[in-house]
Amino acid sequence: MTGPAKAGRPNQLLRNLNSKIASIPMILTAVVIFLGGTVWTVFYSFTNSKLLPRMSFVGFDQYKRLWAAPRWIVSIENLALYGIFSLIFSLVIGFTLAALMDQKIRFENAFRTIFLYPFALSFIVTGLVWQWVLNPEFGVQSVVRSLGWTSFTFDPLYTPSIVIYGVLIAALWQGTGLVMCLMLAGLRGIDEDIWKASRVDGIPMWKTYLFIVIPMMRPVFITTLVIIASGIVKVYDLVVAQTSGGPGISSEVPAKYVYDYMFQAQNLGQGFAASTMMLITVAIIIIPWAYLEFGGGRKRA
Amino acid sequence: MPDTIALKTAEVALAPVKSFDGPNGKKPKRVLSPRNIMLYGTLFVAAAYYLLPLYVMIVTSLKGMPEIRMGNIFSPPMEITFEPWVKAWATACTGLNCDGLSRGFWNSVRITVPSVIVSIAIASVNGYALANWRFKGSELFFSILVIGAFIPYQVMIYPIVIVLREMGIYGTLTGLIIVHSIFGMPILTLLFRNYFASLPQELFKAARVDGAGFWQIFLKIMVPMSLPIFVVAMILQVTGIWNDFLFGVVFTRPEYYPMTVQLNNIVNSVQGVKEYNVNMAATILTGLVPLIVYFVSGRLFVRGIAAGAVKG
Repeated sequence: MTGPAKAGRPNQLLRNLNSKIASIPMILTAVVIFLGGTVWTVFYSFTNSKLLPRMSFVGFDQYKRLWAAPRWIVSIENLALYGIFSLIFSLVIGFTLAALMDQKIRFENAFRTIFLYPFALSFIVTGLVWQWVLNPEFGVQSVVRSLGWTSFTFDPLYTPSIVIYGVLIAALWQGTGLVMCLMLAGLRGIDEDIWKASRVDGIPMWKTYLFIVIPMMRPVFITTLVIIASGIVKVYDLVVAQTSGGPGISSEVPAKYVYDYMFQAQNLGQGFAASTMMLITVAIIIIPWAYLEFGGGRKRA
Repeated sequence: MPDTIALKTAEVALAPVKSFDGPNGKKPKRVLSPRNIMLYGTLFVAAAYYLLPLYVMIVTSLKGMPEIRMGNIFSPPMEITFEPWVKAWATACTGLNCDGLSRGFWNSVRITVPSVIVSIAIASVNGYALANWRFKGSELFFSILVIGAFIPYQVMIYPIVIVLREMGIYGTLTGLIIVHSIFGMPILTLLFRNYFASLPQELFKAARVDGAGFWQIFLKIMVPMSLPIFVVAMILQVTGIWNDFLFGVVFTRPEYYPMTVQLNNIVNSVQGVKEYNVNMAATILTGLVPLIVYFVSGRLFVRGIAAGAVKG
């Protein structure tokens, strides 16, 4: 649109006016909240705001302090461990369940309902249930001990070195049903002829899955990966409910760090810096995916 | 020649068999083949793992505290009592007050109902505008919106606090409803845009030729044709908003805390003796609404979460 052309049609702004009016909430959300809010937070992460946002710049001080804080380091380590294991396990478990469900089994709907119902529950409910199941005094540990194996130890929630795996168990319980559903949809999209051909060639089933079907399901895997990954970075309520970050600080996660510094410790600058780091983490995951999906990937028309 | 005859006789011989309801087609597999034992064995073990916490929740909530202290969380209650449920609903304490989860439940209802209506109303109109009435820049705004769905909430929370405070509605239900509408917008808009774009364009064109305008086409043609997608959006929003914790705790004052926040405060409160049966009854009560939505909606729920999974 060049200048003169615009001048020649003064009613340009009024064209499609209703649609523009109807889109005001969307435009405001996109520009003011999503774009503006993000820029604002990144901007203020370079200030030493405490109780209220202040415009006194301190360069990268907040970030230096952040990476020197033991609690942040623990949070990042936890996020990395939790992230890697929950990616691997939810893909493996989700795919295995989907492959089993795809064997023309009976009661498929019943199984699907059972595997997926935890996904309807909130992380708070999930965290509290597993806090109870893993309770050392009454839960799994005590039940196994009462069966005769008195030295049995399974107490993730009160053992700092493995507490994050306790959280992981709960997260997998809640989320694998969704992965299973996405994978099952992907498997149902595979051409029946592929199976026939591989059977004619006498290829064993596990090989067909591993070398033919999984490579064909690449788009499904990538979408699932992005969904799981962006959920991992946001993990917050589960930890709050299940462990409250404890014992000590051993199950802290970045999202909790941000909340605590913004709304409890009243150290806004730290909160902004930490949330900016979260944004960068998500960007590292999303940008290559967006590039593959929408940018350079013209061949996948 | 003999071949064809043989074939014919074979056909004749086969013909009556086909009329049976009995086995035709592939050789039937044995029910108890090793493969089936493996297959169903694994599925049943997995199903048991998924059902176990629900079972533990239910049996724990029906026991008295003395029985719980005796051990085994997996054993069924010897004496069924509904007292924990009554207590969780009506008299459990959160530190501030002792009127149980009922307060949180009604807060959640007062948050969820308007939030669902407002967010769906806005997003459906947005999706309609994007699908049928594009204007310069509309796709750009939409792209920002969808990318925004991936930004961690923590990045945008504080600016929103400031905006709401300036508007004088920080801490109120109205503020929280606006927040839910904002964060529900990306996925819902995407959902509606794609659905409206898949409807036949001729309908839209015919309505325009007949002189119908933006709102008329939306209300008289698009909405009546899109009831399934409205149901999917509702399922998505009801479960999502009911299960929310972060926004509830950030954007409301304690007297408006939704059920999830109150549940967490009841169960994780440090004071007093832990009453595990009351805690579990409270946990089930909080999970009940999304569970009912899940069991009633069935396949539509799967569609909804497949669309809404990006919300994370």
